[in-house]
Parts: sequence; structure tokens; C-alpha cells
Amino acid sequence: MAQPNSDIKYLTPIAVDTKRKKYCRFKKSGIKFIDYKDEDFLMKFVNEQGKLLPRRITGTSNKYQKKVAQAVKRARHLALLPYVGDMLK
Amino acid sequence: MINQYEAVFIMTPVLSEEQMKETAKKFKDLLIENGSEIVNEEYWGLRKLAYPIQKKSTGFYCLFEFKAEGELINTLEINFRRDERVIRFLTVKMDKHAIAYSEKRRSNRTNRQAAPIVDISTGEKAEVSTMDDAEIDEN
Repeated sequence: MAQPNSDIKYLTPIAVDTKRKKYCRFKKSGIKFIDYKDEDFLMKFVNEQGKLLPRRITGTSNKYQKKVAQAVKRARHLALLPYVGDMLK
Repeated sequence: MINQYEAVFIMTPVLSEEQMKETAKKFKDLLIENGSEIVNEEYWGLRKLAYPIQKKSTGFYCLFEFKAEGELINTLEINFRRDERVIRFLTVKMDKHAIAYSEKRRSNRTNRQAAPIVDISTGEKAEVSTMDDAEIDEN
């Protein structure tokens, strides 16, 4: 019984270290105002159930996360986005 | 102190096109009579609501941007509440970024006048582009 695991060879190298640095898209592209009327854009910041995505996933900076949250809440009030949803994406 | 505000409101879909225009005009007149300056007005037409409001699943959206005294917002909102044709409203004070954004948006809209606002109201919600947000979609 020779060592069974040590000789495994992969055809393509496994992606071990593909961690890309997250960045704040608002800072990067210089967006100053987040429009609550643009629901297609705000869809990027909610999950399938219509809940806000956390900063650790979107990479948004704290300053703009607050504005995103405000915009999403306004959009919900105006029935542009649902408060609760299912299979939004 | 004059500020710039933006008011969006939704009217019931039971209204005819005429009545809808009339309601919107009522609020526009109210603003003008009280000495505010209308900067922009938009009618988005009949749109689907994301969730039912007062058992209605569609509504006429209307947006006004205006410069006014803060006092006027009270009267405006009271009138929104009293009018049963209005099922939802939102008034927002615009900061300098919001004003810059809305000016840009308006100039974009006038540039492509051939594609009017109507396509927002009738078109089904477009697929959200997922090109540049791989990080978001991983959950």
C-alpha cells in the first residue's frame, strides 16, 4: 500500500489563491448619489429574498452602504422593490 | 430657506387617463399657488407595483421636482393624505449630489427623446446584468 493521496495530479491547477480584493464601486467610479428610483441598479444590492446584502459581500464602503440602505428602503416604500420576495434573481 | 424637494406619488389605477392628469395637475397647481418653482415633472404611466397596495397591483407614478419653503411640505403631504386617489407618496429633500444627478438624468432623457419614459412602464423588468458583480452573486 503505497501512499494513495500524494500522487494525485491535476490537469489544471486548482484555484487556491484567487481571492480578488473587494472594492467599493461607488468610490471607484465616483458615484455620489444613489437613486432610489433606479430599481434595476438597486437589485444588485439585495439578495433573492429582497434583503440587503452585507458589506462583506458587496465590498461597499460604510459611507455608501448607508446610502444604499436608504435608497433601497425608499424604493420599497414606493413599491419599486418588494419588502419580501422570492426568486427575485 | 428654499430647498429643492422631490415628490413621487402613486395614484390608483382605477382612474382614467384624464382623471390621472387632473389629479397630478391639482398637486402641481397647489405647489405653484404656494409660490414654489417646478423644476421637473415626470409621468411614468401605469406601472406594476412590487407588492399590492390597497389591493391594487398597478398604479400611476408621478414625480415632481420643485424648489420651495420647507413649510410647504406639510401642506403638500396633508393634501396627499386627504386625497384618496393617491395611494402612496414620498417627499425627499435633495442634497447637492441629488440635484446634480437629476440634472444629468434629465439631460440624458432629453437627448434621447425618441425613447420616451413609456418604455419603463410597459417593459418587463430587464435581467439584472451580472457582468461586474461576481462577488455579489456568489451567495
